Amino acid sequence: MLDLLELLSFGPHGWGDEIAQGALLTIELALVTLPVGIVIGLAVAVAKDSRSRVLRAVGDLYTTVFRGLPELLTLFIVYYGGQMLLTRLADYVVEGAHIEVNQFVAGVVALGLVLGAFSSEVLLAAIRAVPKGQKEAASALGLSGWRTFRLVTFPQLWRVALPGLSNNWMVLLKDTSLVSVIAISDLMRQTSIAVGVTKQPFFFYLVACLIYLVFSGLSSIVFTVLENRASRGFRRVGGH
Amino acid sequence: MDPFLASLGGGFLWLMGLIGLNADLMSRYGLRFLDGVWVTLQLVGLSVFLGLALALPLAIARVEGGKFLSRAAFTYSYFFRGTPLLAQTFLIYYGAGQFREQLTDIGLWWFFRDAFNCAVFTFTLNTAAYQSEILRGGIQTLAAGQMEAAQALGLHRVLAYRKIILPQAIAIGLRPLGNELVLMIKASAIASVITVYDLMGVTRLAFSRSYDMEVYLWAAVLYLLMVEIIRRVWNVIERRLNRHLMVSR
Repeated sequence: MLDLLELLSFGPHGWGDEIAQGALLTIELALVTLPVGIVIGLAVAVAKDSRSRVLRAVGDLYTTVFRGLPELLTLFIVYYGGQMLLTRLADYVVEGAHIEVNQFVAGVVALGLVLGAFSSEVLLAAIRAVPKGQKEAASALGLSGWRTFRLVTFPQLWRVALPGLSNNWMVLLKDTSLVSVIAISDLMRQTSIAVGVTKQPFFFYLVACLIYLVFSGLSSIVFTVLENRASRGFRRVGGH
Repeated sequence: MDPFLASLGGGFLWLMGLIGLNADLMSRYGLRFLDGVWVTLQLVGLSVFLGLALALPLAIARVEGGKFLSRAAFTYSYFFRGTPLLAQTFLIYYGAGQFREQLTDIGLWWFFRDAFNCAVFTFTLNTAAYQSEILRGGIQTLAAGQMEAAQALGLHRVLAYRKIILPQAIAIGLRPLGNELVLMIKASAIASVITVYDLMGVTRLAFSRSYDMEVYLWAAVLYLLMVEIIRRVWNVIERRLNRHLMVSR
């Protein structure tokens, strides 16, 4: 047992620092993807809520496709497809040019597309949960469009959307492990490298699982705080 | 091959070529893709079914089990819901390889030697955790009077669960259970990483040989078809089974 723990030490003989770097990259990837996905989700939600039939159809198609495809497949399509498409485009400009798509960017785009599809559902429900009268009252008070959104609509929308978004975040955190398949040195890949050298798969994958567990545990604490803050002006059924 | 089938296949390929698809590629990999779909369906069908069988006792343990049992069931579902399926799959597939001798001694190595078995095993444990949460939610929304009435009628607790509590809990959980089925179809693509030739595995093989993006688009269409068919069929089933719960509009 003790020599197993020694494998986790930092420095040239242990894998602690490599795995910690991977864990940091995993967090980084998730944090960079989050705003991308939310912005896509917001745009899709607005499209699905719009009066134009075409926009609604486009929004529905988007969610159907990216909620239905396996995340791994989306990742491959973005990574290999993006590479081929960009190479072909570059070929028009410079003959024989070859473009390498950065894996991290491909990971962010693919996970962002998926997160966008899932969060659009959450955000759409939240947008619809804010009664129209709120907006009308705000404009009767002379608030501008942006201030109405910032001071009236958003705080109410935020309260409704938070539990759903917290779910989306947890799923995203776990989905980041898939990028290890296209050779990003995230937590999962660093673990696999350690396994390849030390031949201790059970121990190292268990450690990786525990690190993911810690991440989701910490996230749920953050979201509980956020949810309490967002609903401080709202009394729940059965609350005090 | 049967000449009729051959001409049918030829006609299909000609049609595919006509709408701009690579007919040559399809004649080479088309049947393998269908095999891949079948493997995916087996993988998901087996794990979801076995997962349900495991989820029922887990959910009951959460509600009825004393301090120890309910906590054990909670820890189980917390672990499997809080970690990536990919990590769980590696843990079991490669982890089993590490314990080869011990597994051979207890006569289980033949099972864990096969990647397909490992995938089914991991997916079963994973989906059982999610399904047990759904069922627990279903059980806990039922009014306490349901169990009290059952006991007043002299039903044993086990019988009350079988005849009264669980049927209602499953009815309430039917929609999320359908979502779980769809999620498993998508998640099953992970099996391709441990060399299972499911739809995703076949796709990766075909791509690595042909380097033609088109194969990924076929896979996308096939996955979307599976997911949409399941979603729609499940909607019909749910509406039929839960028609007594429908609110009239």
